[in-house]
Amino acid sequence: MGEGADLLTAYDRQGHWCEVLGGDGAPTDHAPMVRDRLGRFSLLELVRRAEIAERELYNLGITFTVYSERDVIDRILPFDVIPRIISASDWDVIERGSKQRVTAINLFLHDVYHEGRIIKEGVVPAELVYGNAYYREQMRGVAVPHGSYVNVCGVDLVRDGSGRFKVLEDNARTPSGVSYVVENRHMMQRTFPDLMEQIGIRPVSDYGQKLLEAVADLAPSAVTDPQVVLLSPGVYNAAYFEHVFLAREMGVPLVEGSDLFVENDRVWMRTTAGKAPVHAIYRRIDDAFLDPEVFNPESLLGVPGLFGAYVKGNVALANAVGTGCADDKAVYAYMPRIIRFYLDEDPILDNVDTHICREREGLEYTLANLERLVVKPVGESGGYGIVIGPRATREEIEDVRAKLIANPSNFISQPMIDLSVCPTLIDGMIEPRHVDLRPFVVTGQSSWVLPGGLTRVALRRGSLIVNSSQGGGSKDTWVLEA
Amino acid sequence: MTIGTKFLLARYADCALWLGRYMERAESLARILDVNLHFSRDSRGTQNWRSIVQLNADEKRFDKAYDVASYANVVHFYVLDRDNPSSIVSAIRSAKENARALRPTISTEMWSHLNVFNNSLATLTPDDLKPSELSRVCATIKEQCQTHAGITEGTFFRDQSWYFCLIGRELERADQTTRLLDIKYHLLLPQDQRVGSPVDVSQWNALLRSVAGYHAFRREHPRGMSPKQVAAFLLFNMSFPRSIALCLSDIDAHLHRLRSGFGLRAGSTAMELLDETRAALGGHTPDTVIQYGLHEFSDYLQRQLMAIAAAIRLEFCGVQPESDAP
Repeated sequence: MGEGADLLTAYDRQGHWCEVLGGDGAPTDHAPMVRDRLGRFSLLELVRRAEIAERELYNLGITFTVYSERDVIDRILPFDVIPRIISASDWDVIERGSKQRVTAINLFLHDVYHEGRIIKEGVVPAELVYGNAYYREQMRGVAVPHGSYVNVCGVDLVRDGSGRFKVLEDNARTPSGVSYVVENRHMMQRTFPDLMEQIGIRPVSDYGQKLLEAVADLAPSAVTDPQVVLLSPGVYNAAYFEHVFLAREMGVPLVEGSDLFVENDRVWMRTTAGKAPVHAIYRRIDDAFLDPEVFNPESLLGVPGLFGAYVKGNVALANAVGTGCADDKAVYAYMPRIIRFYLDEDPILDNVDTHICREREGLEYTLANLERLVVKPVGESGGYGIVIGPRATREEIEDVRAKLIANPSNFISQPMIDLSVCPTLIDGMIEPRHVDLRPFVVTGQSSWVLPGGLTRVALRRGSLIVNSSQGGGSKDTWVLEA
Repeated sequence: MTIGTKFLLARYADCALWLGRYMERAESLARILDVNLHFSRDSRGTQNWRSIVQLNADEKRFDKAYDVASYANVVHFYVLDRDNPSSIVSAIRSAKENARALRPTISTEMWSHLNVFNNSLATLTPDDLKPSELSRVCATIKEQCQTHAGITEGTFFRDQSWYFCLIGRELERADQTTRLLDIKYHLLLPQDQRVGSPVDVSQWNALLRSVAGYHAFRREHPRGMSPKQVAAFLLFNMSFPRSIALCLSDIDAHLHRLRSGFGLRAGSTAMELLDETRAALGGHTPDTVIQYGLHEFSDYLQRQLMAIAAAIRLEFCGVQPESDAP
């Protein structure tokens, strides 16, 4: 390596916003620090440490599990050792913006399950809410402690070419991934103590205690010493490691549906000393599986009678039942209006520009610009049915045009976002790869945001898809102290 | 705020019990295979691999899958065969799956070690089990099981699950010793050979070595070695970790600790069965056991151990008898 060169000398951000270096004419304040730190390593040493880190993740069982007929296969989420860095001022925006969003979502959920003001006043169309698959009529009129419906919210953010953070999606049901945030940090601290020393990085290790406090806030107020549990679908669930991680960090029992039962509208768990009361449940199973007497009758994961105990206020559930009607893609499009409606404030974090095809202007614009837009069906998740205009064939464009005309309310459209990149170790070289960010907002009586969040990285060259099922990995995310 | 230490989920108790059992089973199997390879020849002077199948009462399952009880078949059956639930890979896999369910309560080190151990077993091939290699493989497996025991001792939080884990281990240990006694005693009973002939002594050596008891026995009996002495050592000795008497005494202590230290009221049937078994053992001397019939007495002990295990699972964990192991 020549004089003055460092590990990032040959790195080319290829015109994208870079989380380490910044954008055109807008270098980040932390770029020199990162260059200096990384400069202490040779590429070979970086690769060696990356191998150690990967092996350790596997050995520690920080894995998601795939079960086949004969085998139990543990897979790790690929981990990239070059951290994603967020400045104190950027974090301030993300933190305030995420809290604002969760506040608005909670007011929205309270409203739609009670008086429905936002619908009566014509801000959000009724069928968007009441026709939503995740709307739960059973929640109408049910009081939720502190009006706190979404106790854990994952706000998916991307950063565009000009360096602005934008919300891509709200995850208000059972967002996952927080265990990787904490474990990635621990991994970095073990593997790269020399890279991190003397840098003020906001800690992430108190997530479990913050979550426990928030969930305990929801327990019936008459109980002074509430018993909190984490309800998991069990060892066969792909996110089981995260459930274990959180139960340990919170110091609460990890239970499965069969460990609980309901008697006289109260929830109990089966212990070696007989039954013991349960007052608040951080549940990692979907609404539909919670209680076979009320929701999906086929569910073996849930607890018969649980919903009855919940409605009577004898047990708290985090997140509340029925939050899914607030994080759907169609409602997302209305989120700026929802924030203004309840808070009389402008959104701190912008949505990605979204054209609502159920509205005439939105439909016309979408049809006129199909080649440049990303069209998304509102009812789907996991990337299904999305048509990316600039990458679509003529047939695909014409196909989605026909669908749009036939059923415009099923679609929204958005411009292609030029996702930011982060230097990433790929086959022994440092290359730019696209990243997103999922901060976690924890809300009991008040909201707290875990500094940082999960940075997912699309490890394939040029790919914008960060999902682990499609070649995504993760990075440690550093929020620098002010 | 209550945390999870005041009580234990019934399901966790059952998983802890089986974690202890499976680890002990794997270690015991590794010992038996190793010793059989090196020390044990039957009275006709050949290594008798069939006896291991008999020892574990696996004749039916074995005969279904293999034609002859050759070295390669028996070793494969007991080390690598994933379809055999009592193979070492199956036992460790089951231990790991129970540990997975227990991850909220066991230490990270316990989980991590077991995870790595299980993964390393998955890479074993029949080639690794050639006669020249078997001893080394068995030694590694034993060491890994002992490492697990050490990590557990050093890191496992002493809540109820610790005691259930120990109870599982002692139940399995006692069960293994009764099987060994029963089968080996009969196989090794001198037929046409004089007691004390060289082959005979090597058999008793092997039996003791398979329970890591040869040197311990020698401390009790510096000279000589009779079948009766060995049987009595394995049944009654209160200092030898794998003797029936010590295993039962340990189970008794752990159950008492659960009931007095953690205020559990369950377990009265298990305690009664245990008292009964210990009384039966205490009522015997080496001579009366032989007169009564060692086979009959081993059989009785095995039935009692099964009943105690079932009672513990029913009373503490709410698991109905005949339910599968988790």
